[in-house]
Amino acid sequence: MNAATRRLLSGNEAIALAAMDAGVHLGIGYPGTPSTEILEAFSLLKQNAQWAPNEKVALEVGIGASYAGGRSLVTMKHVGVNVAADPLFTVTYTGVQGALVLISADDPGMASSQNEQDNRHYAVAAGIPMLEPADSQEAYDFTLKAIEISEQWHTPVMLRVTTRVCHSKTIVKQNPNPPAPVQPNFERDIQSRVMIPAYARPAHRKLRQKLRELQAWNETSGPNKVHDGESTLGIITSGISFVHAQEAAPNARILKLGMTYPLPIAAVKQFAASVDRCLVIEEGDPYLVDAFRAEGIAVEGKDEMYRYGELNVNRVRKILAGDTTPEAMPPKGRPPQLCEGCPHRYVFTLLGELDCIVTGDIGCYTLGVLPPFNAMDTCVCMGASIGVGRGMRDVLPEEQARRVVSVIGDSTFIHSGITGVVDMVYNPPKTGHVLMILDNGTTAMTGLQEHPGTGRSLDHHSTNQVVLEDVCRAIGIKNVDVINPMKTDEMKTLVQQRLASNELSVIIARRPCILAAPKITQYERAAAQECGCSHECAETQT
Amino acid sequence: MASSKITNIVLAGIGGQGVLKASDILSEAIFQAGYDIKKSEIHGMSQRGGSVTSDIRYGDKVFSPMVPVGEADFLLILNETQVDNNKHMLKPGGVMIAPDAIDMNLLKNKRSFNVALLGLLSTYLDIDEAIWQQAITTCLPEKVVDVNREAFALGRQTAANPGR
Repeated sequence: MNAATRRLLSGNEAIALAAMDAGVHLGIGYPGTPSTEILEAFSLLKQNAQWAPNEKVALEVGIGASYAGGRSLVTMKHVGVNVAADPLFTVTYTGVQGALVLISADDPGMASSQNEQDNRHYAVAAGIPMLEPADSQEAYDFTLKAIEISEQWHTPVMLRVTTRVCHSKTIVKQNPNPPAPVQPNFERDIQSRVMIPAYARPAHRKLRQKLRELQAWNETSGPNKVHDGESTLGIITSGISFVHAQEAAPNARILKLGMTYPLPIAAVKQFAASVDRCLVIEEGDPYLVDAFRAEGIAVEGKDEMYRYGELNVNRVRKILAGDTTPEAMPPKGRPPQLCEGCPHRYVFTLLGELDCIVTGDIGCYTLGVLPPFNAMDTCVCMGASIGVGRGMRDVLPEEQARRVVSVIGDSTFIHSGITGVVDMVYNPPKTGHVLMILDNGTTAMTGLQEHPGTGRSLDHHSTNQVVLEDVCRAIGIKNVDVINPMKTDEMKTLVQQRLASNELSVIIARRPCILAAPKITQYERAAAQECGCSHECAETQT
Repeated sequence: MASSKITNIVLAGIGGQGVLKASDILSEAIFQAGYDIKKSEIHGMSQRGGSVTSDIRYGDKVFSPMVPVGEADFLLILNETQVDNNKHMLKPGGVMIAPDAIDMNLLKNKRSFNVALLGLLSTYLDIDEAIWQQAITTCLPEKVVDVNREAFALGRQTAANPGR
């Protein structure tokens, strides 16, 4: 074994390496566990990696790069695809010129997510071909394969990965013959790219024709493999479930599907007919089982109890044995908590003290729901704090309405909070409303990523800054205050005053995340050195 | 396809203790020793002071990246509070390396506690010491390599003289 040709990489690092090897022109996304490290690794490889304000914009930028003949990689977590769904459902009609690979990083078991939606359904609903790697080698190989498929059929391709593929390290060998580089070049193709109804109707038919061709290709040439074994037990599986199945049933015959949309139904039929008992092992929803049964293929699925959470070797053993005895809850570890010295702590202490009704949002500050604070009443999705708070104010009796406060972080505000502020201004509740932006100067929960409000790009170099207070004032909020949450008395007086008024207020509680602060200082020093002036220059900019 | 012998190791601690750094060093050493290896862990929320675990499996051919419950050969624990919620991972007769195995007062820098525990673990594994030394150099910033090598040596000595 020659270590020089092998690397120990996470699935995320393997995707980034493949993107570099294939000459991807642009990697873009929004941070979200478990996808975040893909673009960070791509940047460390000195490639063009960018954070977008949210996943919808990321996909749109990626679409533009691909229309222009460039290769693009667009990364997000599963719930990010909900945000990007609008362009996704139409880019499959328009098709692309250069490769467009969408990474959907799903989180079965919800290690760090608000739901465990199974994004394989998106492939069917949007009509986008889907590949599912099982380990880092396949994450590498399938990224290259996705680029080939995308350019051969002029379609975006979804690479659907899960937490254990993204964050497990396994051995990877690079491909010495990646797809040949391409040169971006605009070619006008109005009927394909402009989706007015007259052009979209034929585009839909074209999409279905492409998918039929892709299905035929997948039957014979797709990245699917039969691992031979005894004919008494056959397993059909994909993604991470494959390795669990291999270990749980070492003697089984396994059909391992690499491309799970469009499905190679004839190959599946043939496989099912070759074994006495045919069982589908899949994590999450019964996606494969339902598809096979709809085609009249007799397969066994898993009991409903195994739909929840991740699979693992022991659970697959139980599924194989038809064991449905209730599972013991794993012992509880120590839950995550707001760090000692975290500026969010002061805000939640106050909101608890004032007995506010707090509509919360997605980020570290969601931990304000836990003891000792218990100071959050709702958390739905990115940006929801503002609309949910406004809706409550709209219908609640005045005494309760007056206690409602929306709380959102700086990165989440940029992601999808701004339109909520527009709604506040457009439909002001009788009691007014109070929005607190907890600005800690970073995207903390996902691991301290930059965003447009920090004024630094993904690689921490200076760029234009979106100033939160300017945005709120420009939209039409009369009372916009920027405070230091550690000055607790001042903060209390201000919040009480705003809650008592019938006007719209935004209070920006600004204090850097204690984990990010030393790094931010480093970036500012580096920026000052780059511009050739003193450190004070950087300090006065913040 | 009979599965060959796989060694299963679980590292456990709390966020900020260096669990993932220790598992990086361990997996680098195993990788350089020429084994097939898979390492799995959960990022994200766990970084905020919560429980952190890392699974490492190696041998001729590894399938699942996650150590099955009750099949860990070694359980290395960096924080006393994490014993109860992780001991079910250990197989009967498996080895638990608990945090009190190392005398903290003998460490020059307490942050290298994770590497001291690795030193102790290393005495159970068939990997040359030179490979361990190289893994420490590869995975850590240059300025802390020496102090961590000393911590590693302390762990190895502790194993040699368990009757302290």
